Amino acid sequence: MTDYHDMWKELGIDLDAHDGLLEVLPPMYEENILSQEGRPGGMEYFDFVFSEVHGLRIKELVEHREAGAVVVGTFCTYVPEELIIAAGGICVGLCAGAQVAAEEAEKYLPRNICALIKSSLGFKLAKVCPYIESCDLLVGETTCDGKKKYFEMLGELQPVHIMEVPQMKLEHDRDLWRKEIRRMLERMEEMTGKKIGEKQIRDAIRLVNEKRKALLRLEELRKSDPPVISGRDALLIDQIAFYDDPARLTEKINALCDELEERKKAGVSIGGAHRPRILLSGCPMALPNWKVATLIETSGAVVAMDEMCTGIRYFDNLVEEDAADTEALLDNIADRYLNIHCAIFTPNRERIEHIKQLVEDYDIDAVVHYSLQFCDPYTVEAFSVQREMEKEGVPFLYLETDYSSEDTGQLTTRIQALIEMVGCAEKA
Amino acid sequence: MTIAGLDIGSRTIALVEMDGGGIRHSEVVETTFDPLEQCRVLLEDRGFDLLVATGYGRHLAQANFADRTITEIKAFALGCHEFFPECRTILDIGGQDTKAISLAPGGKVADFQMNDRCAAGTGKFLEVMAAAMGLSLEEMGRIALETEAEVKISSMCTVFAESEVTGLIARGTPRPEIARGLHEAICDRAVSLLKRVGVKREVVFAGGVARNPCLRSLLEHRLGVPLLVPENPQIVGALGAALSANTS
Ligand code: SF4
Ligand code: SF4
Repeated sequence: MTDYHDMWKELGIDLDAHDGLLEVLPPMYEENILSQEGRPGGMEYFDFVFSEVHGLRIKELVEHREAGAVVVGTFCTYVPEELIIAAGGICVGLCAGAQVAAEEAEKYLPRNICALIKSSLGFKLAKVCPYIESCDLLVGETTCDGKKKYFEMLGELQPVHIMEVPQMKLEHDRDLWRKEIRRMLERMEEMTGKKIGEKQIRDAIRLVNEKRKALLRLEELRKSDPPVISGRDALLIDQIAFYDDPARLTEKINALCDELEERKKAGVSIGGAHRPRILLSGCPMALPNWKVATLIETSGAVVAMDEMCTGIRYFDNLVEEDAADTEALLDNIADRYLNIHCAIFTPNRERIEHIKQLVEDYDIDAVVHYSLQFCDPYTVEAFSVQREMEKEGVPFLYLETDYSSEDTGQLTTRIQALIEMVGCAEKA
Repeated sequence: MTIAGLDIGSRTIALVEMDGGGIRHSEVVETTFDPLEQCRVLLEDRGFDLLVATGYGRHLAQANFADRTITEIKAFALGCHEFFPECRTILDIGGQDTKAISLAPGGKVADFQMNDRCAAGTGKFLEVMAAAMGLSLEEMGRIALETEAEVKISSMCTVFAESEVTGLIARGTPRPEIARGLHEAICDRAVSLLKRVGVKREVVFAGGVARNPCLRSLLEHRLGVPLLVPENPQIVGALGAALSANTS
């Protein structure tokens, strides 16, 4: 293994704390991911990428910056990576899926704030995230209140650009959002000192669309019953898609999909007895948050689909490539992103309709709604989702948790009871 | 064939042994700090062909001696259905968890709800409060029946409620009133869980806390339906575990 300590030191990482973090990751990965049986061979690439999460990929970012280009960090699937790529930049989703330096973060944040925000600040304060330290700019957004206020704090530590995400989807919201796309483009131009031309935008759209198509192809294969890939492996790929090189990633996902198609034909599955099919829906599960997915799958079910931002919300719908000029391209980008159905919107009927559609398309036996504790948008919206699922006769389990592991016993009981319940129903 | 069901809860461990003729043996012990050792004592010299474990310690049992496990949700559904075939709704207030289960007519689980991760609204809550008042659980349940007057305990959080209780004692509020207020608080919590799964008759109240007469009467009053309580509410889970061997 290459020694990256000098590189991390350059980036200002707290080496001791960081070594500590790197020590806990491999056993976690072993327990949640590697220990699964019947994994496709194509997962090898993703295992490698994860093993180099703070190594090789960071080296690529460093080299990219040495060549005079920028790295931009984002926190939400609303921020269009096309604009970053068009500016010659690399876009990295800043994960915060593990609890780090919570006490430190609580000096600046109330205790009752969602784990995503708390650990994001924890990573920053503890200086253990080489991604955020590699960023020339962070792009925040006005989604939930917690994040809005958090970005003000972050802005004191690092340059931050905020996009105003509307809260409704009316005509003037669309206008606002289209303007915000242009304002972000200007910020990118200002930062790089280079004008972004039509060709760069076009190429970026195509590149990201290809990534989406590959991810959608993978989702299509998750319809197979018995499953040819586990929900955890699919989740891992979605998580990695936020920071890996898009062209390379697309190629690797497609290669994996070729293999999965072969598996499907040959009747090879991830093994085990008949697995009830679960749809996971709710807050994002940032790397390395596999807690709930692992509990579901080690209890004998399969996560057949994810309605989350680390799931279909991230790559559903392409940006329309057919456009006359730059202005039209930018509008197309805006429209694609405005069509994400996050709970910060009101009304957000589309999300419920989407969940219903997924339940049907993926032959789902039960929906597990995952909310992070203290996340108002999703904990509140869960009630509407539940009501709708009851109407449809779809078994529904509501889980509210965070990044700690102290509640795994209780979560396991609920998940297993749900699986017993849908398992029984099937036999009856 | 003799089948044993073992329910390892946070407060008690129950064993039920069944053969063709029904329950042939049952026993309940405290969980203590060493549940595994308690199980060994309980199972010593007993003869059975198959052991099914349930409850919060089921994984521990699985790793050591149990043949199978089921969740306490399924176990309570089976156990209550056995005692009361018309049962459609179950309330179980245990040491750590409170659960409401709704059953389909044949006894299968149709829906369930459990309390959040904290101990609010569980047996643990009552235990902590009894200790704060210097009473045993039974005494607290008894004195709560002595009064109609009630003080409102507004915190459901065990930690906050404890300081609320301390404050009330300091202000000279009679203990029966505080005790009654605490029971009301638990009752509120249980009713809201029950409402989420829907309250259909017959309603069975199981688990250790079902023995508490004050809570029972408060619940009946609030729900407007009589509650059926098994003769020995603590063995329902273990009975269900044993019964599960024949159903799956
Ligand atoms: S859940 Fe909403 S706010 Fe969070 S990343 Fe997704 S779109 Fe953004
Ligand atoms: S999980 Fe909820 S509260 Fe947390 S950042 Fe996302 S939308 Fe905001």
